[in-house]
Amino acid sequence: MPIQPNRQVSRAFAGMTGKMARSLLTLGLLMLSLPATAAEEKLLNVYNWSDYIAPDTIEKFTAETGIKVNYDVYDSNETLAAKLQAGQSGYDVVFPSASPFLAQQVKAGLYQPLDRTKITNWGSLDPAILKALQTSDPGNAHAVPYMIAATGIGFNIDKLNKLLPPGTPRDSWSLLFDPAVVSKLKGCGVSLLDAPVEVFPAALAYLGKTGASQSTEDLAAAAEVVSKIRPNIRYFHSSKYINDLANGDICLAHGYVGDLVQARNRAREAGRGVDIGIVIPKEGAILGVDVAAIPVDAPHPDNAHRFIDFLLRPAIIAAITNTVGYANAVLPARPLVKKEILADPVVYPPEAVRAKEFQVPPASPDFERVRTRAWTKVKTGH
Amino acid sequence: MNQPLGNRLSGLLRRWGRFLVGLPPYAWLVLFFLVPFLIVFKISLSEMQAAIPPYKPLLAWAEDGVLQLRLNLGNYRYLLTDDLYAVAYLNSLKIAAISTVGCLLIGYPMAYTIARAPKGNRNALLMLVVLPFWTSFLIRVYAWMGILKSEGLLNAFLLWTGVINEPLQILETDLAVYIGIVYSYLPFMVLPLYATLEKMDLSLLEAAADLGCRPFRAFLAVTLPLSLPGVIAGSMLVFIPAVGEFVIPDLLGGPDTLMIGKVLWAEFFDNRDWPVASAVAVAMLVVLVAPIMVFQRYQSKAVDS
Repeated sequence: MPIQPNRQVSRAFAGMTGKMARSLLTLGLLMLSLPATAAEEKLLNVYNWSDYIAPDTIEKFTAETGIKVNYDVYDSNETLAAKLQAGQSGYDVVFPSASPFLAQQVKAGLYQPLDRTKITNWGSLDPAILKALQTSDPGNAHAVPYMIAATGIGFNIDKLNKLLPPGTPRDSWSLLFDPAVVSKLKGCGVSLLDAPVEVFPAALAYLGKTGASQSTEDLAAAAEVVSKIRPNIRYFHSSKYINDLANGDICLAHGYVGDLVQARNRAREAGRGVDIGIVIPKEGAILGVDVAAIPVDAPHPDNAHRFIDFLLRPAIIAAITNTVGYANAVLPARPLVKKEILADPVVYPPEAVRAKEFQVPPASPDFERVRTRAWTKVKTGH
Repeated sequence: MNQPLGNRLSGLLRRWGRFLVGLPPYAWLVLFFLVPFLIVFKISLSEMQAAIPPYKPLLAWAEDGVLQLRLNLGNYRYLLTDDLYAVAYLNSLKIAAISTVGCLLIGYPMAYTIARAPKGNRNALLMLVVLPFWTSFLIRVYAWMGILKSEGLLNAFLLWTGVINEPLQILETDLAVYIGIVYSYLPFMVLPLYATLEKMDLSLLEAAADLGCRPFRAFLAVTLPLSLPGVIAGSMLVFIPAVGEFVIPDLLGGPDTLMIGKVLWAEFFDNRDWPVASAVAVAMLVVLVAPIMVFQRYQSKAVDS
C-alpha cells in the first residue's frame, strides 16, 4: 500500500499551506493597520560613524525621554551619501563630514532646516567652528558641529629616527610628499588616505598653494606630486592604517587625527614598544568637522531635534570626546574633558595651527569627475 | 456527457498545472533580473542631478501638456572617450580567465579523485569541498589577508624555513587577487566536474584498456572529452562572476589592480554619477552576454544529445 503514506503527506502539506495562508493573511491585515499610529511615535533612527559615541549616550537619552533609539553605523561618507540620495532612508539623525559631503548634500536638498527654538544649547557652540562650517552650510541652517579633527600625519617615532637623516623636519608635509624623504621609508610602509578630497589639498599645501583650490592646473600639479611618490606608497586606505600603524606594519600614514590618536592609544595598550607621533603639518591641513543633521524625509523630526539638543549638553558631549578622542565644539564642555585630551596639541590645536587649517568647498560635478579621474590615474597609472 | 466533460476538465487542469509549475522560475527571472535590469538601463539613459534621486526623469511634462521623453546616450559615448573603461574591462576579463584556468588545474584533479574514490568516502570528500561555505565569504577573504600580508603566516613560515630572507609582498598585488578568486570559486568548478565524472561509464575505460590503450592516453581520449560539459559548466560558473568581482580585488588587490567592479564603485560613490555607473553596469552585462550565450548553446546541445 504505497499510496497511503503519500496521501497523508499531501494532506498534511495541504493543511500546512492552509495554515500558512491564513497566517500570511493575518500578517497582511496587521501591516495594513500599522500606519494608523500617532504622528510622532517614541522612536528615533540614528545613523552614525562606527565607534563614534559614548557607551551610555543612547541609554541616557532613552531613560530621560522614553524615546527608543535604533542605532546603525557606517564607515564612509560615500555610503551615507548613497543612502540619502536614494531617498526614504528612514533615518532621523545622520553625521556627514562637513566638507565636501554636507555641502553637496545641502545643495541637493537632502536636509531639512533646523528649528533653532528646539535646540536650546545652540548658544554654547564655538563661534569659530560655526563660522568655518558656513562654507558648507550657509547660515548654519541645517547642521550642528559634532566632532572635530584635522587630517595629518602619523608615524612610528623609532623607525623614522633610524631611517631618516638627522634634522629632517617632522612637522611638514615634506615627510610625505618629498620623494627624497619618503623613499627612505618605502621599506617600512607608507599609506595614503584613499580619498582624493584629502590627498590633493594636502599636496597643494605642500607646494605652498591654496589647499582648497579647484583650478584644474592646481589639480594637475597636485597629481604630479602624488604620482612622484606613488612608487613608495604601499596602499591607499581610509581606516586600515589605524591597526597597521599601531602594530608596526607601516611606519608613516596620512590619516584623520582622531584615528591616529586611536592608533597611538592602541600601540600604548599593546605595550610592544611602538611609539606613534602625530603632527598637523605647519603648511596647513584640512579641518574636518562631522556634523549632526536631519534628512529632509526623516520620519521623526521632533525626536531628532531633541536628540541633537541632548548631544550638545556639556556633560554628554564631553563624555563622547573622552571616549573617542575627537574635539567637540561645545565651549562649556571643555572643563569636563579629560586633561590629557584637552592638553593634546593635535586634538585641541593651539591658535597658530588652527589659523592655518582650511575647509575644502564642494566641487562642481565636472571638477569632481576630473578629480576622480586624476586619482585613478595616480593609483593605477591608467 | 459526463465523461468528456471530466476529460476536458482534467486536460484543462493539466495544462494549467503545467503553466503554474513553470510560473515561479519565470516570475523569479522577471522580478529579480529583468525588472532591476530595466531600472538600471533606464538610469543609464538619464542625466545626473544633485537631488533625490540623483538623476533626472526620462519622462517629463513639457509646456502645453506635451509628454517629453529625453534619452541621453552621452553616458555610453563617454565610456568610449576614456580608455580607462576599456582597459578595466579587458583587465577584468584577463584576471577572470587566468583565475578560471587556475580553478580548472586545481579543481579537475580534485573532482577526479573524489569521483574515483570508494563510494562510501565520496560524500565525506564532497563535504570537505563545500564545508568552507558555511563560513562567511567576507571572513574567508579576510583570513587570506592574515595569511598573505608581509607579517602574515605564509611569510613567517617561509622566513622560518630559510627559503627567503625578506618577506614577500604578495598582499596588495594581482597575485593575491588570483589566489583569492581561485580559492573562493573552486567549489563552483569542482561540483559540476564531479557530477560529470561520477556518472561516466567506466566500462569505456576498460574497453580502451582491452584494446591496448595506456591509462594516460585513455584519459585524454575518453575521460577528458566526456567530462567536457562539466569543464564548460564549471568554467562559466567561475568566469562570469569573477569578471564583476569587487570584494576580492578591493580587499586583496593593490591600488593598481584595475577591475571593472572597482571602476563602477568609483563612479557610484566618488563621482556620485548614477547614470554613468549604470552605463558601466549595462556595458559589463553586454560583455558577459557572449560567454553566457556560448554556455547556453553548449548546454542545450548537451541536453539534445
